[in-house]
Amino acid sequence: MKKVGNHNSILKTLFFSLALILTSSSVVLGQEAAPAAAAPAAEAAAAPAGAGDPVKGKALFNTNCAACHKLDAKSTGPALRGVAEKHQMSWIYDWVHNSSAMIKAGDAAAVKLFEENNKSVMTAFPQLSTADIDNIIAYTSQPKAEPAVGAAGTAGPPGTAASDSGISNNAILIALCVVLLILVAALVMANRVLTNIAAKNGIEVAPKEKSLPIWVAFARNQFLVLVSSILLLLAAGYFFYGWAMQVGVDQDYEPIQPIHYSHRIHAGSNGIDCKYCHSAARVGKNAGIPSLNVCMNCHKNISEVSDTTATAEHSKAFYDGEIAKLYDAVGWDKSTQKYTGKTHPVKWVRIHNLPDFVYFNHSQHVTVAGIECQTCHGPVQTFELMKQFSPLTMGWCVNCHRKTDVKMEGNEYYAKIHDQLAKKYGVDKLTAAQMGGLECGKCHY
Amino acid sequence: MSSNKKYWKSVEELNEGSSIVETLKNNEFVEEIPVEDFLGDKEALTSSSTSRRDFLKFVGFSTAAASLAACEGPVHKSIPYVVQPEQIVPGVWDMYATTFFDGFDFANLLVKTREGRPIKIENNKIAGAKFSANARVHASILSMYDSMRLKQPKVNGKNATWDEVNAAVKAGLAKGGKKVVLTGTIASPTTQKLINEFLAAHPGAEHIQYDAVSSSTALDAFEQVYGERGLVDYDFGKSDLILSIGADLLGDWQGGGYENGYTQGRIPHQGKMSRHIQFEANMTLSGANADRRVPMTPTQQKQALALVYNIVSGAGDASSLDAKLKAEVVKAAQQLKQAGSRGVVVSGIDDKDAQLVVLGINQTLASQAFVNAPIRQIRKGSDSKIQAFLSDLTSGKIGSLIMSGVNPAYTLPNPQPFVDAVKKLPLSVSFTTREDETAEICKVAAAAPHFLESWGDLMLTKGTYSLTQPTIRPLFNTKQFEESLLEWNGSQASYYDYLRANSAAYLVGTSWNKAVHDGVFVNAVQGVAGGAGNFSASASALAGAKSLGKFELTLYTKTGLGDGQQANNPWLQEFPDPITRVSWDNYVTISKFDADKLGLENKIVANGGLNGSYATITVGDKKLQNVPVIVQPGQAHGTIGMSVGYGRKASMQKEMQVGINAYALYNAFNSVQGADVKAESGEHEFACVQSQKTLMGRGDIIKETTLDVFNKENAEVWNPMPMVSLDHKETPVTKVDLWESFDSTTGHHFNLSIDLNACTGCGACVIACHAENNVPVVGKSEVRRSRDMHWLRIDRYYSSEETFEKDNEKKDNFDGLFGDKGSLGGFGEMELPADNPQVAFQPVMCQHCNHAPCETVCPVAATSHSRQGHNHMAYNRCVGTRYCANNCPYKVRRFNWFLYNNNEEFPFHMQDDLGRMVLNPDVNVRSRGVMEKCSFCIQKTQATILAAKREGRAVGKDEFETACSAACSTGSMSFGDVNNQDDPIFALKNSDRMYHLLEHVGTQPNVFYHVKVRNV
Repeated sequence: MKKVGNHNSILKTLFFSLALILTSSSVVLGQEAAPAAAAPAAEAAAAPAGAGDPVKGKALFNTNCAACHKLDAKSTGPALRGVAEKHQMSWIYDWVHNSSAMIKAGDAAAVKLFEENNKSVMTAFPQLSTADIDNIIAYTSQPKAEPAVGAAGTAGPPGTAASDSGISNNAILIALCVVLLILVAALVMANRVLTNIAAKNGIEVAPKEKSLPIWVAFARNQFLVLVSSILLLLAAGYFFYGWAMQVGVDQDYEPIQPIHYSHRIHAGSNGIDCKYCHSAARVGKNAGIPSLNVCMNCHKNISEVSDTTATAEHSKAFYDGEIAKLYDAVGWDKSTQKYTGKTHPVKWVRIHNLPDFVYFNHSQHVTVAGIECQTCHGPVQTFELMKQFSPLTMGWCVNCHRKTDVKMEGNEYYAKIHDQLAKKYGVDKLTAAQMGGLECGKCHY
Repeated sequence: MSSNKKYWKSVEELNEGSSIVETLKNNEFVEEIPVEDFLGDKEALTSSSTSRRDFLKFVGFSTAAASLAACEGPVHKSIPYVVQPEQIVPGVWDMYATTFFDGFDFANLLVKTREGRPIKIENNKIAGAKFSANARVHASILSMYDSMRLKQPKVNGKNATWDEVNAAVKAGLAKGGKKVVLTGTIASPTTQKLINEFLAAHPGAEHIQYDAVSSSTALDAFEQVYGERGLVDYDFGKSDLILSIGADLLGDWQGGGYENGYTQGRIPHQGKMSRHIQFEANMTLSGANADRRVPMTPTQQKQALALVYNIVSGAGDASSLDAKLKAEVVKAAQQLKQAGSRGVVVSGIDDKDAQLVVLGINQTLASQAFVNAPIRQIRKGSDSKIQAFLSDLTSGKIGSLIMSGVNPAYTLPNPQPFVDAVKKLPLSVSFTTREDETAEICKVAAAAPHFLESWGDLMLTKGTYSLTQPTIRPLFNTKQFEESLLEWNGSQASYYDYLRANSAAYLVGTSWNKAVHDGVFVNAVQGVAGGAGNFSASASALAGAKSLGKFELTLYTKTGLGDGQQANNPWLQEFPDPITRVSWDNYVTISKFDADKLGLENKIVANGGLNGSYATITVGDKKLQNVPVIVQPGQAHGTIGMSVGYGRKASMQKEMQVGINAYALYNAFNSVQGADVKAESGEHEFACVQSQKTLMGRGDIIKETTLDVFNKENAEVWNPMPMVSLDHKETPVTKVDLWESFDSTTGHHFNLSIDLNACTGCGACVIACHAENNVPVVGKSEVRRSRDMHWLRIDRYYSSEETFEKDNEKKDNFDGLFGDKGSLGGFGEMELPADNPQVAFQPVMCQHCNHAPCETVCPVAATSHSRQGHNHMAYNRCVGTRYCANNCPYKVRRFNWFLYNNNEEFPFHMQDDLGRMVLNPDVNVRSRGVMEKCSFCIQKTQATILAAKREGRAVGKDEFETACSAACSTGSMSFGDVNNQDDPIFALKNSDRMYHLLEHVGTQPNVFYHVKVRNV
């Protein structure tokens, strides 16, 4: 079944291009490239606290410490900015090299720290030299960089850019109107002037012979009426059919979710495999919305996004707020690094709704056929908000079953049936349709 | 020679004057379409204020409104777990082994759960798990999702906390008086230990076990001979001759569960099969399956048993039985003697002498089915102890009564004194899943969990331990009896810990986890051995048995409701009785002979429903008024039968408060009573699925033969292929075809085999199909209108050939309507065939024809064929023309006349949120206006195929199954892929006994049957 609703989009394209021609013909749009985000250059400017090199320190911090420590927030371990002010450097060397020995030895500060951090033992780093530690401390002693807000409006409220271009569009339109009005006025004036001249010169303008108004003429021409009615009806039927065929098709359905979860960040920027979270897709009928404990596998440590994650549309603060929503839902107290037990399960809005009378199994497609998730769900790694990419109509399913060869290599199950069917159809590769994948009962029961 | 005997489905058909039978024969639909009602009333039509234009306006408006409403899709929410349990993957089921025992039924089970909720019960087939689920156990899952369960404890009729319950119990126990713990049979060693600890802590306390349907006489007899209470777990597979005297060994006799062994010997193998002789009063499942069935009154049964004993022990054959019966008994006894250790005798007579004699005969025979058979622990009640307890109670000796799993206020024959006494007690506690008749009168109604929410262990037979584990968190604020006992005993431990610690005593050489995983552990089976007694005295006592009165009433338990614990289960209420095919009722069964004398009758009325007379049953000074009557072929003259388990009122949904409580006649816990029957005026409307389709004279529906013919003749003789004329030559019907054949040689091709020899008609498959496929319950009045929705039915046919007399030949020789051989007069004279017919059961579901008549007539191609042999039904495509049902020769398609879910008109499980939890998420819930039918459980075959694909392997030879084939423990139903030569179905398909239903129609079904062979 071909999707008939397509002519809708053709029509849209037509209107859209008309509007585009009208607008772009006059003036170039006033859109300007957004100013580049101000580089967080603070670290280079900051003075080193000791002898260490903060640049080397940053690299060391990221490889060794970042799993459990953050600069400004408590994670598994405490925040490390300004740690040099809290302890002697020699104490810090000892601690980093072997903290548990210090705790055992009964060092008061060490024991206190241990108690404060849920008695989690810090990994010993004997391989770090004192110079290395100096470098790290130098990095942690840098003053906190002020977020570069306001400098260039990177985190301006969403839609600012759009409204900017809107204003310029309006200005163009107003200008156009003025021009048109002037033109009309000019024409009227010219007409008047010409009439006056003609009157003065005594030129008789022959009165126009009164003809039938066009619509009366049209109404009297029965053939034309008939033909146009038929055309009108056909067109109406065509468009009605197109409209009716999209009823219940929720392609591009992109609901607002209780937590702004960005697939762009997770699957795109961070390259997390789809099936890490949607693990049920391997074995089950549903791909499954991951339970919150899966989120917490990573988000126990990631309580805020990096500055580079923020976009023109969504600021860092916005994303951090969404992570806070996750913590609230799962009942995680960021400050104590503990579960409170007060959970508020997230009520996601379901996007892909197959009707009850259709049976669809993810594992069949994901595990057996080895189809990429993107084949049906689109380039999810670029979606800021998840949406329904495919129409999920029967025609869409069936077309794919007709075209796609079944992945049979190395699967013992298909060994016999492949030989039989390959002989029957005289082909080497078999489509799902040839396997019987178009039979009603394969999906409807 | 193939039997071309006539089968008939109803007494009505004997009535040669019955125009109804003729009408039904010609009408495929029982009901007229009520066009007259709709358009015939001219006055109503003209007086209506709605004009045609108005009507069109309404239509236009509603169409527009409907299409507008359809434009906007609803918003669905998806709520994932916060912390997902490791075992649960959404959309993937888990199976848990557990064990069922409710004091009546018992079975080793696997429970299928989806997203943490149990949805289906399957048989546990691991070695050692020998008891499979019957219809009631399959249905028990729905009883858990019963919104009328007791949801929290109550003290003095008011909702209470468990602390208040404990306080009330402790205060009550402190008040003195004798303390009694009244329970059903306790088969759990750990529960028994807990009760013993409780008794030890309260000196003078007593534990009494009470079985609503008593097996006390058999237990007493066994105790006398073997020194312990138990029932013999006969293995009928080891017998060549089974003589049952009044024992419904395929029903609930001694707990039931004997059918697996029984059917092992019933399938002819190398020319041999067992022979089953049944002497009984009511027509039971066992009688229906017997090779020779002799109707006898219970008194005659006693005399027959004595005679059998005398012959087997060589003490002569004197008997007061009349000559015809005596000849039958002597013949049976001689065959038994001949069979020797390959013979066995069982009896259901509620008489200690009778049970002693049975033990005596089996000892004498050294019956292999009996000697060393395991000893069942599932009945322990003692009638005399109950009587003593009741007199203690009424005389005020008892101070505290703690009950669990019993409902004496309903099941006692004379509950009023019990009720009055309990109301006066300082402390009365009842642990129950529902606020039943007993819980209503108790101080404390303690909400107990369903077995699927409980922990436990069971010793069903001696030495075999079965474990019960919860498959869902308790739905309500419930507490196990054992948990409370622990608290009252002053322990802090949870019952789980206690159970686990206690299990170490018997889980020898295995771990707790493995035992829970398997659900069963065989320690050391202790069988029947030793024992001696003086049986001849008992035999002579039996021989002198005197008739009990005008009629002898035999009380029995119905396959559907059993002892009545699950009376609020709509699946079981709608389950048609295998014998009478009546649902939603109990009734008194009476022979045609007696019914005619008393003026009682059954008739089919204009709408196709069955109506029956009312009668009053008098037993002693008790009367049951207006009991509906079913005229039952095979009922012994001078006897009547009635089932217990009906007539419950407390905590029952209105629709399910049906039938009459026959426990009232269960005097002295004896199932046989002297009774009188008196006709009453009025007619009862039955919901019977029986007579709506008449198949008289169509002999190839059930093909059957005798073992003799089967062994001596070729298959063409006893399983002939119908022939048609092609080019003036006789050609087998399978060679003639109008159709183009589907290629079914590639891939899987599913077939279902049904062996009529092994089908006992138990109905487990019907309920399993209900549960698996979300089949709706339609209620009594809809069933009466022939709108039952069962995808799988078990047809029951009575034959008229095998009788005491040779009236049969007379019928075959009918010649014309009138005269000596005339059929008009002939049927009237043929009373005897109706008196003791042979019976055959035939499960019928969609036959999945390769050349399906339904497919060609569907105007929208909603039903179509698959190359795997399914006849597919796409509900969303169906527009409800019902052409397919008209064109189906097997009448297996069901039409959804109404929306059965979420509809107040059908207030069953699909109407409330709790009941809907039982629905199988893999199967669509059909809506109004579409056809539905058996799908060969395509969801199961698809799942099996997918699992194989995922694991990259071929499908194993016995992996494919349907809900019915999985539920069929007798091996009658077998499902598989005929394109796989290793699959057992391949051999079954190529067996000589294989035939298709209505072969001559040329539909080429994918369901096939095996010719029934009788060892007459």
